[in-house]
Amino acid sequence: MELAFYLSGGVAVLATLGVITGTNPIHALMYLIVSLIAVAMVFFTLGAPFAAALEIIVYAGAIMVLFVFVVMILNLGEGAVAQERLWLQPRTWLGPSLLAAVLLVVLVASLVQGGAGQFISGEPISAQAVGGLLFGPWLLVVELAAMLLLAALVTASHIGRRPEVERWSESKGRRPGAGRGKGNGGGR
Amino acid sequence: MSWLTPQVSAVLFAMFQALVILLVAVLLGAVMTVVERRLLGLWQDRYGPNRVGPFGSLQLVADMIKIFFKEDWIPPFADRKLFVLAPAIAMASLLLSFMIIPITPGWGIADLNIGLLFFLAMAGINVYAVLFGGWASGNKYALIGAMRASAQTLTYEVFMGLALMGVVALAGSFNMRDIVQAQEELWFIVPQFFGFATFLIAGIAVTHRHPFDQPEAEQELADGYHIEYSGMKFGMFFIGEYVGMVLVSALIVTLFFGGWQGPWLPPFVWFSLKTGFFLMLFVLIRASLPRPRYDRVMSFGWKVCLPLTLVNLLVTGAVVLLMAPE
Repeated sequence: MELAFYLSGGVAVLATLGVITGTNPIHALMYLIVSLIAVAMVFFTLGAPFAAALEIIVYAGAIMVLFVFVVMILNLGEGAVAQERLWLQPRTWLGPSLLAAVLLVVLVASLVQGGAGQFISGEPISAQAVGGLLFGPWLLVVELAAMLLLAALVTASHIGRRPEVERWSESKGRRPGAGRGKGNGGGR
Repeated sequence: MSWLTPQVSAVLFAMFQALVILLVAVLLGAVMTVVERRLLGLWQDRYGPNRVGPFGSLQLVADMIKIFFKEDWIPPFADRKLFVLAPAIAMASLLLSFMIIPITPGWGIADLNIGLLFFLAMAGINVYAVLFGGWASGNKYALIGAMRASAQTLTYEVFMGLALMGVVALAGSFNMRDIVQAQEELWFIVPQFFGFATFLIAGIAVTHRHPFDQPEAEQELADGYHIEYSGMKFGMFFIGEYVGMVLVSALIVTLFFGGWQGPWLPPFVWFSLKTGFFLMLFVLIRASLPRPRYDRVMSFGWKVCLPLTLVNLLVTGAVVLLMAPE
């Protein structure tokens, strides 16, 4: 399990580097998907299979699909690649990466001091345990998240609504039900 | 034979099982391509492929020879890496899902605690095959097909997961073997009829089978996302679709029809009989239903199936709580 942990952790780091240095947006997104799957594997090795499965279903399976979807519709060509290459010049990334390196040193130092000699282990956490915790001590947080999601849903449905005028003229002018329907997958 | 300790032989047997299940899944997918065409012919009052070999039985061999020897062409305007990767994702993600299906009490590859979630995760990954294939082809029909496919798959995956949660609530576990054991007295089709109906619809939609084959509608899109593919790469998309059909049939049997359980006959026979029944049902649906308009497909998913699964889950939860001891 320890070997699997370090292997998938390494894959996650390399794939994330690929996301940053990649010039083609779709290829960068693919690296991000690989990185998410690697993180799911890390969860798996730490004994949290439920979190691992949710990571793949929610992040890799749903959210990233939407990202890929949008980038595909934008139809970025050679111009985007050239622009990305321009942004990857040393004077652009030198400053931020220096600051990030300082943070990395702090992180590594605190890890070495705090948890030296500890190994990767953990007993598997079942889905039942996760559910029990979510709807027990953390019920308030779950309810707050639910309200936030409901607000987002109402907003999205309001923005995605067709204006009244257009709907009226459509029902008068054309046969009912014709025309572009709601949620045609952004295909226009 | 000193090296053949019980541990080694257990590992060897597990590997043998995995290989056999993999081969049977792929072969069954390939055989279904021919069986489907023969059955479609039967139900639509025509012959179907009946020339190669006695009663067209060697049609599969002819198809395979053709698919292997076709030029494997990659269009110059395509994105090479993703173009090659897409069919591999299509096939691999579906084949990996066979891992969790318990075929008989002794046969089955992985006994995962999160079994059902693993299938949902693999179904989520499967979307990328179509998405990348359509985009990498650099063809507008392929892109439109990929758009439709991903929107449709996302819509139907949302309530596919919800439809299965009723089963999970009744069985009290994500583990597929536990789910089969829980159906010893009563198959879940009875208490979870709406779960079954919505899962069947979602399963057809996620494998892009007729009548949910909008992504590859021949009349409008000339074949959708795999229009630029040829040779074995097309073959992988094509066989992958049938492998998906086998997978969904096996899942329906395991989740709603008691898996291997049944009187008199051995478990394996029951499992294959039930799976075969659902494979035939898939073909019959294709033979008899027309293709609905795309926006109807989407609004049916969001406005009918999603609320139905939510209500089903709510009622199931209430009943489970009422029936619980103490």
